[in-house]
Amino acid sequence: MDAVFDTVIIGAGTAGLTAAIYSARAKRKTLVLDRKRPGGMASTTERMENYPGFPGGIHGRELMKRFAEQALEMGAEVVREEVARIESEGDIYVICGAKGGTWRARSVILAPGCEPRKLGIAGEEEFTGKGVSYCATCDAELYEETSVLVIGSGDSAVEEAVYLSRFADEVIMAVVHDEGVLDCNRSMAEEAFANKKLKWLWNRVVVSIDGDDFVTGVTVKHLKTGELETVNCDGVFMFVGTVPQTKFLEGFVDLDRGFIVHNEQMETSRTRVYAAGDSAVTVLRQVVTAASDGAKAAFFADRALCEEEEYRRALAQAGEHYLVYFYTPPVQRSLDAIPEAEAVARKQGIPLVKLDTARFRNVFREFSGTEVPSLFEVTGSRVEKKEFLCS
Amino acid sequence: MVELHKDNYDQEVIESKGVYLVDFWSDSCEECLELMPEVEALEEEFAGRLAMGKVNIKGNRRLAIREEVRGLPSLLLYRDGDKQAVFSKEFDIADVRAKIQELLGE
Repeated sequence: MDAVFDTVIIGAGTAGLTAAIYSARAKRKTLVLDRKRPGGMASTTERMENYPGFPGGIHGRELMKRFAEQALEMGAEVVREEVARIESEGDIYVICGAKGGTWRARSVILAPGCEPRKLGIAGEEEFTGKGVSYCATCDAELYEETSVLVIGSGDSAVEEAVYLSRFADEVIMAVVHDEGVLDCNRSMAEEAFANKKLKWLWNRVVVSIDGDDFVTGVTVKHLKTGELETVNCDGVFMFVGTVPQTKFLEGFVDLDRGFIVHNEQMETSRTRVYAAGDSAVTVLRQVVTAASDGAKAAFFADRALCEEEEYRRALAQAGEHYLVYFYTPPVQRSLDAIPEAEAVARKQGIPLVKLDTARFRNVFREFSGTEVPSLFEVTGSRVEKKEFLCS
Repeated sequence: MVELHKDNYDQEVIESKGVYLVDFWSDSCEECLELMPEVEALEEEFAGRLAMGKVNIKGNRRLAIREEVRGLPSLLLYRDGDKQAVFSKEFDIADVRAKIQELLGE
């Protein structure tokens, strides 16, 4: 049988690599899977000015290279394969790769990330690679001394437009909002408005991308007048948000519009399966928040594994017939009743396993525990709740 | 794989006989770096039948524009110096392989 990993992380972007650093450092046997090279979305960013610790900014690619190096240094393994699906086999998750690889894991961290959204407008697919691009750092140089049009007004759109202006003669911004309204942060907006190469088309939506062999322009519609107009350009750069890469998780964990649902402990609807990064439900999708999510996911995964290990050890000592008592320090009554539980165990002549529900959340859940204190009698695989507390 | 640039492109590619595959890339293009091993595998697969070279667009931007490369990564296939096919951005390496076989008459 294949070795079982303590934690398998899906996605080698910011969240996944941070989770790998934390998990491997906690001496967990850790594997990271990604269909692409490590780095994720952040490595397509030209320069990051708001990642702490790098005054003057750092190239996204350089930063992510360091994330990956650090994960490997800590002892995590990184394998390049797309994940097709995850199956549950008792306490173990089996991760099945698209190329046939399988990996067994005690816990899973889902950090598959997002990809640029496609608008699905006429000409978009036809002219991809012939003037339509989703990556300014890849293609900006090919548009030197030309006129390009940018669709979008969020952080990525404005940042990439400013980058494009280093090469292109003119960067036309097609924005759906009223004049002066952008979706990006204020400092970026100021920089954009001060940039003479940026030309603004307000209240416009691009309805088609036009051309012959290559892009020659776009047709825009004025949202207030309904008027259609042709705008000439040599390239169209699309930055209209991102979509989570979670199709393979449908039916495995709960999703909300494609984003992975999780609680404060980053745990998904499956036990010992966590979510982190851009594909998780969150309000802010930044490199620093993805890193933070990754650290939390790895921390809670490790804690759940510790809990399970401790519980298994306690059970191994207890044998086939024993009592489990759930308590938690904030509930005084559950502490006061410990001697009573011990008396029940003594009377029956069987061992007592005492568990703090704050530390043994998963076990408590497995017992379908709802109140503290509570006492269960376990005989082999049979679990019976005992009513014993009269005080 | 031959390092192609503006000064040797015509001699190496345009004036060549046979099938030539050119990979346009840039080190700031993640997708290009992803693709490179697959392109290198093609070189091995078609060894002796297919000539191959790569162009880093840094310093060769005008060459890229002349060859009508509008996005990276782009793979261009030539036969006897004539451009026969262009694969840009979202393509499957299997389609590139099929086109090479077709051009080679295999």
